[in-house]
Amino acid sequence: MKKTLYTQIEGGKGFWALLAGFGVVILAGLASMYYMEHNGHWVTGMNNSVVWGTPHVFAIFLIVAASGALNVASIGSVFGKKMYKPLAPLSGILAVALLVGGLAVLVLDLGRPDRLIVAMTNYNFKSIFAWNIILYTGFMAIVAIYLWMMLEKRFNKYSTSVGTFAFVWRLLLTTGTGSIFGFLVAREAYDAALMAPMFVVMSFSFGLAIFMLVLFASYRMTGRPLGDYVVRRLKNLLGVFVAGVLYFVLVYHLANLYATEHHGVESFILTSGGIYTMLFWVGQILLGSLVPLAILYNPATGNSRGWISIASVLVIFGGLSQLYVLLIGGQAYPMKTFPGYEVTSSFGDGMIASYSPTLPEVLLGISGFAIALVAVTIAVRHLRALPASLADGETDPHAA
Amino acid sequence: MSEDTNLKRREFIGNGAKLAAGLTIAPGVVVYGLSEASVPDRPAEEPASSERRWGMLVDSNKCATGCDKCVTACGEENGWDDSEPNSSPEQKAQWIRKVELRHKGTGKSHSLPMMCQHCENPPCVDVCPTNASMKRADGIVLVDRHRCIGCRYCMMACPYKARSFIHETLTDQEPHMPRGKGTVESCTMCVHRVDEGREPACVEECPEQAILFGDLNDPDSAIAQALTRYDSTAVREDLGLNPGVRYRGI
Repeated sequence: MKKTLYTQIEGGKGFWALLAGFGVVILAGLASMYYMEHNGHWVTGMNNSVVWGTPHVFAIFLIVAASGALNVASIGSVFGKKMYKPLAPLSGILAVALLVGGLAVLVLDLGRPDRLIVAMTNYNFKSIFAWNIILYTGFMAIVAIYLWMMLEKRFNKYSTSVGTFAFVWRLLLTTGTGSIFGFLVAREAYDAALMAPMFVVMSFSFGLAIFMLVLFASYRMTGRPLGDYVVRRLKNLLGVFVAGVLYFVLVYHLANLYATEHHGVESFILTSGGIYTMLFWVGQILLGSLVPLAILYNPATGNSRGWISIASVLVIFGGLSQLYVLLIGGQAYPMKTFPGYEVTSSFGDGMIASYSPTLPEVLLGISGFAIALVAVTIAVRHLRALPASLADGETDPHAA
Repeated sequence: MSEDTNLKRREFIGNGAKLAAGLTIAPGVVVYGLSEASVPDRPAEEPASSERRWGMLVDSNKCATGCDKCVTACGEENGWDDSEPNSSPEQKAQWIRKVELRHKGTGKSHSLPMMCQHCENPPCVDVCPTNASMKRADGIVLVDRHRCIGCRYCMMACPYKARSFIHETLTDQEPHMPRGKGTVESCTMCVHRVDEGREPACVEECPEQAILFGDLNDPDSAIAQALTRYDSTAVREDLGLNPGVRYRGI
């Protein structure tokens, strides 16, 4: 393998057009945020039963994907796989960018985003949210140092040790995100320690899908060569991760189906939950898992970048569906306050809660993606992070 | 009813209750509401003390289906009744609600009020990132509305669905109960009344005297006495939260 040459992308019309396009989406997100905060959340679909809505689905998706996007760098630095090393800077940049996008959505959906300083100065160390504030800011700092070690030749020798630290940190981070739900005893759909490792595997899958799309798009737009060797390795890895998520989903539901006490919530998600049941079977399982697996492993489609891109988009759609079902479906199903009783009240006890996303919530969520992509675009314009060529001769150790 | 009349009626009930302190009909049978007279007041300069733990005992046998006087009293006292004109019914705050239960196996029905259960180990306090959710030394669980950032994690964590998020700008608030858009709130056990030596509004207004309020730590209090004498349960006792609110008859 030759020494990798990294270069900045050009700052021509395409660059500015890209920034303008993302900028419009970000402006729409900010306008939505202003509308929701000015009026109060009564203009959204949320209520006192479903308290975390669509913005949380996007925010948590982006945060989970962020830690997963770093995987490509970790495989190079921690596990010594040479092919992944040239991809590491982009992987680090994308990881930080996705985290910033996700956190922005999370913060802008708070009831009082103006009190962010309160969250920064008052810590309840028993709160998983407070742990996460430390894990998220720490992640950004560690990955920034990791990028520095990778991009500055003098410090390249430290990139393995810093990369290892970043890898351990990202595992902790996703464990923290999964535990937001896993440690909630009140709601039947959550309350499973399995959530933490499941979120870790979800991050592998969602993060890699986004990484591949960003890689393909940036090489196509800048006219840089991207060989089949890199594409094939990445798409095979994506297939393994998608199958890994399916395995965790299977174990989660089997465990719930085995225990009689959880039959109610299982039948809600799997058979009678309307939009949640449909999103589970069609969004998460069929379009988000089985179809991408078929595309990635079928030789007729698995060698086509167009098809691989479609599979990546489907994995992202499946991930958003999965989080929608878990987050919102998990809240819509009533809490078992009085086991063994039929319960009714004026506050929705014993009833499936209603929730319909509104446009401002969706726009705010989508703007998280735009924030992440603007950050990546600006970073690769100003940092020498993208290899000038990823042609097979540059990356494939077996190439002639 | 004018405010003056309201005050007079409350004073009258309060004085009556003081006179009737410790009244028993027969050995072991305590008259609820009347017997719990002495809620000692706490001077403003004195911090809440862990020597006390305020609690409630709700007798669902006395609680009538269809009666929601406790809910009305709480809403008027704390200003959350009819305070959110734009919010949907699912979005409006409910600090206390009447819950109707029917056992799936036996068909036995119960009616009872549900509100913040003022847990000894409150999940809302555990999860709150900013310590806005807090438990006072005397066991009352509150939200510091100046510190709440509106993340709603406490609402995700509470197994009693006791908390409400304020979805819009509020006007005409009660001076003793500041509230605000974008923050979370719940039953305060009428902390402003308790500190003045008065009982919570729901306790006072219940026509059946189905709610007994008092100091769980004082073995001589009517509530402590009743709890030693009668079977009572905590809702979701399995969670080990040790709520300050307990129920009879379920």
